[in-house]
Amino acid sequence: MPNNPVSATAVRSPQHWRHLFAGDGAELALRVALIVLIGSALALASDAFLSTANVLNVLRQASLIFLLAAGLTLVILCGGFDLSVAANLTLSACLAAGVIKSGLSPWLGIATALACGTAAGALNGLAVTLLRLPPFLATYAMLWILQGLAFHYMGGQEIFGFPPAFRALGTGFAFGVPVPVYLMAVVLFVATVFVRSTNVGQEIYAIGANPEAARLSGIPMRRRQMLVYMLSGLMSGIAAVVFLARVNAADSGMGEPLLLPAIAAVLIGGTSLFGGVGSVLGTVLGAIILALVINGMNLLDIRAQWQPLVVGVVLLVAVMVDLVARGRRERIG
Amino acid sequence: MPAILPIGLLLVAGALVAVHGFASTRNVANLGLQASILLMLAMPMTLIIMSEGLDLSAGAVLSLCSVVMAEALAGGHGLASALAASVAVGLGFGLANGAMVSLLALPPFVVTLGTLGIAEGAALVVTEGNAVSGLGSGIASLYALDVFGLPFPVLVALATWLLTYVLLHYTRFGTYVFAIGGNRDALVLAGAPAWAYHIAIYAFGGLVSGVAALLLTGRMNAAHPTVAIGMEFDAIAAVVLGGTSFERGDGRLLGTVLGVATITVLRNALDLLGIESSLQVVSIGGLILLVIVIDRLRRSRREQVA
Repeated sequence: MPNNPVSATAVRSPQHWRHLFAGDGAELALRVALIVLIGSALALASDAFLSTANVLNVLRQASLIFLLAAGLTLVILCGGFDLSVAANLTLSACLAAGVIKSGLSPWLGIATALACGTAAGALNGLAVTLLRLPPFLATYAMLWILQGLAFHYMGGQEIFGFPPAFRALGTGFAFGVPVPVYLMAVVLFVATVFVRSTNVGQEIYAIGANPEAARLSGIPMRRRQMLVYMLSGLMSGIAAVVFLARVNAADSGMGEPLLLPAIAAVLIGGTSLFGGVGSVLGTVLGAIILALVINGMNLLDIRAQWQPLVVGVVLLVAVMVDLVARGRRERIG
Repeated sequence: MPAILPIGLLLVAGALVAVHGFASTRNVANLGLQASILLMLAMPMTLIIMSEGLDLSAGAVLSLCSVVMAEALAGGHGLASALAASVAVGLGFGLANGAMVSLLALPPFVVTLGTLGIAEGAALVVTEGNAVSGLGSGIASLYALDVFGLPFPVLVALATWLLTYVLLHYTRFGTYVFAIGGNRDALVLAGAPAWAYHIAIYAFGGLVSGVAALLLTGRMNAAHPTVAIGMEFDAIAAVVLGGTSFERGDGRLLGTVLGVATITVLRNALDLLGIESSLQVVSIGGLILLVIVIDRLRRSRREQVA
């Protein structure tokens, strides 16, 4: 679309690489400062925090939250929402576990997880584009359908014990850094290049910022919306593989505690609930902040029962931060 | 006519023919009991959805209310003060949800997702994850009470329906419910105190949850911190099946009642057929899809005719 005003700005300029991460330097610096602040507080409160093993553990936890939140970021940038990401992870992981445990190749298990995730994402996309359901309603119904299928498939049992080569995807190290962290870096890079310097990525921002204007300027709305929901589903599938490899077991409740942290990571990362504003890099920082909070609760011996309460409060705080940021943008803009 | 009526009737007919024991006196009484808690969640949910809102926290708040009530009873307090504590907690969550949605204009589904986490966490912390029992026999005998031939839970649920009906159609509050869903901005510009009524919609939901905890706790004569989480899905499904729209201030209380009846019959019939709860959820999802597709087809045909 050469005449598209949005893609005209979508930049193949000499400052290409700087452009990728530019634009919201102050916002991102604020989040890095918050990470340093929480980190310092935890280092003071607990001797175990700054150990290499624990820092790597935080990064491993952050990468899992990020993988789930990265796809959600795209959906929210596009003005939609996906409440089904965690349930999608659960079903994808359970099916993959079943495939691997039945003696088939782990590759087939990975393919199953990715296919299941993407297919569920495609159903979300169809419900939003074809049936024109509000995204939160369509994906909320999908949440329970996927969760129900996972319950049924598992029948209250666990599937555990996978080949070491497969488990390395979640627990392994390369050059002293956990494998999932590399995956996080790759997804961050690919997703950032995608949203910042491809026409399709810029169209996703445009749809989220002003759907009516986007439609009038000839952006194929439905195809882009389908794409973001399918990508979100795919990311759930990838996160499912990493999670399964890390914990070496699948059960029908495994994904649920990740839903609120993933949403909170996106919002704390500065992506606006109202679409069109935000970045994948912000989501990485949000995921690290959430991982720090959860890790801190473990280190300080706060019982696991507090976790939904704390994450719920963090989510509400994140929404308020989005509210304040939006007000400031409107005053400036 | 909402599409749910013929579908519901077909479902009942199918259950009468194919499901052994569906029409037995005992099962019919059972249907009434099963429907009563769901009806109590679905009545305020209808008003909330009419105001272009959503309450994902309803099930978690109901669980927490039940826990609070059970802790009070187990601690030796009377039924009245236990009920008061439960209603206070429910009302508090409703006010908090309403304030964030109305005053801060935050999206309802995210706000109530956050309060879902808080309510779930609070219930887990209070109970340390265990069930609360040893409540004495007072609440169980209240639950088993018959009033004029009607079981107590059914009576409470019918009273909630009546109250919601009166509130919606005969009070200023009801007028505001329709108007907030229709065009909230116009109300604000006209200087009407829409914000207060908007909070009141969610507060009503919390209050009813506090009372519904009486039925939930009485049914088991115990409380479990997460037992009602997910019940909001059935409530939202009942509202959507009943034809209430998310997009404009247009709602049908009777439609929601039919939705509650349909879901209860569906779950009960599947129970009797030995089909587990997880697949019941999937079939409710399928039912919603069916009703929405029928609705879309009928609407597009109407638009073609017009």
